[in-house]
Amino acid sequence: MLRLPKFEVATPKSVGEAIALLAEAGPSAVVLAGGTDLLPNLKHELATPELVVSLGAIRELAGIRLADDGTLAIGAMTTLETVASSELVRARAPALAQAASLVAGPQLRTMGTLGGNVLLDTRCQWINQSYFWRSALGFCLKKDGTKCHVVEGGKKCVAAASNDTAPALMTLGASLALEGPSGKRSVALDDFWVADGIYNKKLAHAELLVEVRIPPLPQGHRGAYGKLRERASIDFPLLGIAARLDVGTDQRVAHADVVVTALAAQPRRVKLVAETLRGVPIDEHELAHAENATLETSAFGRAVRSIAELAEKQCHPLPNVPGDADWRQAMVPVFVRRTLLAAARRAGPVHAD
Amino acid sequence: MGVLHLKINGDDLEVAAPGHWTLLEVLRYRLGLTGSKQGCDKGDCGACTVLLDGKPVLACLTLAATVQGRHVTTIEGLLPAHVAAGGKGADPVQDAFDRCGALQCGFCQSGMMLSARALLNRNPQPSDAEIKDALSGNLCRCTGYTQILQAVELAICEAAGRTPTPRSWERASCADSGAASASDSGERSA
Repeated sequence: MLRLPKFEVATPKSVGEAIALLAEAGPSAVVLAGGTDLLPNLKHELATPELVVSLGAIRELAGIRLADDGTLAIGAMTTLETVASSELVRARAPALAQAASLVAGPQLRTMGTLGGNVLLDTRCQWINQSYFWRSALGFCLKKDGTKCHVVEGGKKCVAAASNDTAPALMTLGASLALEGPSGKRSVALDDFWVADGIYNKKLAHAELLVEVRIPPLPQGHRGAYGKLRERASIDFPLLGIAARLDVGTDQRVAHADVVVTALAAQPRRVKLVAETLRGVPIDEHELAHAENATLETSAFGRAVRSIAELAEKQCHPLPNVPGDADWRQAMVPVFVRRTLLAAARRAGPVHAD
Repeated sequence: MGVLHLKINGDDLEVAAPGHWTLLEVLRYRLGLTGSKQGCDKGDCGACTVLLDGKPVLACLTLAATVQGRHVTTIEGLLPAHVAAGGKGADPVQDAFDRCGALQCGFCQSGMMLSARALLNRNPQPSDAEIKDALSGNLCRCTGYTQILQAVELAICEAAGRTPTPRSWERASCADSGAASASDSGERSA
């Protein structure tokens, strides 16, 4: 039995009311969205707030809409189940729908929200444990201690960004609409992260994520998400890979992007992906009929393989989340290749059953 | 300590509980509804699954204060709801779990049956993959899941008015998809 520490609960009805409550209470207040990550963390005494501000009753925060300029705007409290099953999201931002569909299991997707997943706290096998468990090791850098158990002598926390939807949104060029005591602002998701596992985001106290905005995407946009995990449901990613492939009317790649998560504190963009793939012809017939192995003799297949090699060189999984780090490293090129091919084929998500 | 206004299994209830109590704690320790099980208590196992406005959620990760005014269905509510809707005896899902022996220790069973009930309410004729996906958030450490999947299939067949061929549910499927289950039955008899 894991009991929650004592706190009071507030259920504001508007964003303004929630911000006022948070600003007044100061650091002793935390925000509750779906609760699927916050409540286990509170049960593990990773935080002991006096006030929990639930956003569940704020209607304006949930919903998916298509703005006049083609921007897809998703309210922060929209559940992951809603995002995953939305025809609008599936058609316009397939990588996001796939990523949302692979978060945890059905109950947790019914409860968990897109905003909560984007703002998910970093995770590490040495921190997401009970107080008793952590105390036995003398705690760690992220909470109550001075030693890192992942990197010997490490002075910077390397707990892993484990939010499946963030890398997908980064390939989509998404931005976050934030609102706080000093007003509204918008920040590109690419510029939102900090390489610090203790707190990996540029989000001030009492500042709320209101909406996730995905700019209009070109006609030939394709995307997919691949996830490595211990079991086919429930688990956080051991590796998460989002791929984007925009195909022009000339049947050549116009733009491409690959973002990998569950490595360290922030999702990492694989460098040189767009440069390697731009202008490479896409043969739809070959994609539909060729086996993955024979694809590698085509120009597209060769480019995908070289991106898989680039990713392997650039990504270095640490022993911060469960699963052998060497195995996760070996899976980087495999999942990058599979996810890019799935994007090209308008298929996915990629995961092992 | 505040007073919560909850709708549990169709009843409007007022119950006093501290703000930091989960729905699971209120169900078990205030209302005596111990059918919802306290397993891992941190969102891994699904034993505490209840239906919130008809959708499966984990009661161990839901603050009771945040579900006021919404409809909660626990395992204790399935039979009364079935009878109130004109049915006889237990909910067909419960009946099928009973007949298929889809349990051993029974700890996961409440959550399993509620996840299955939510699936069948949403989609009366799910595919095998949809059944597995709907139950993927509920862990069972005894049965190996086979009888659980058989029970859900039996409930689906009977609700559709299809009579499973004699003992066909033991082959993991019903009459009109019997061929797909041939290898299953082979493995079991080996």
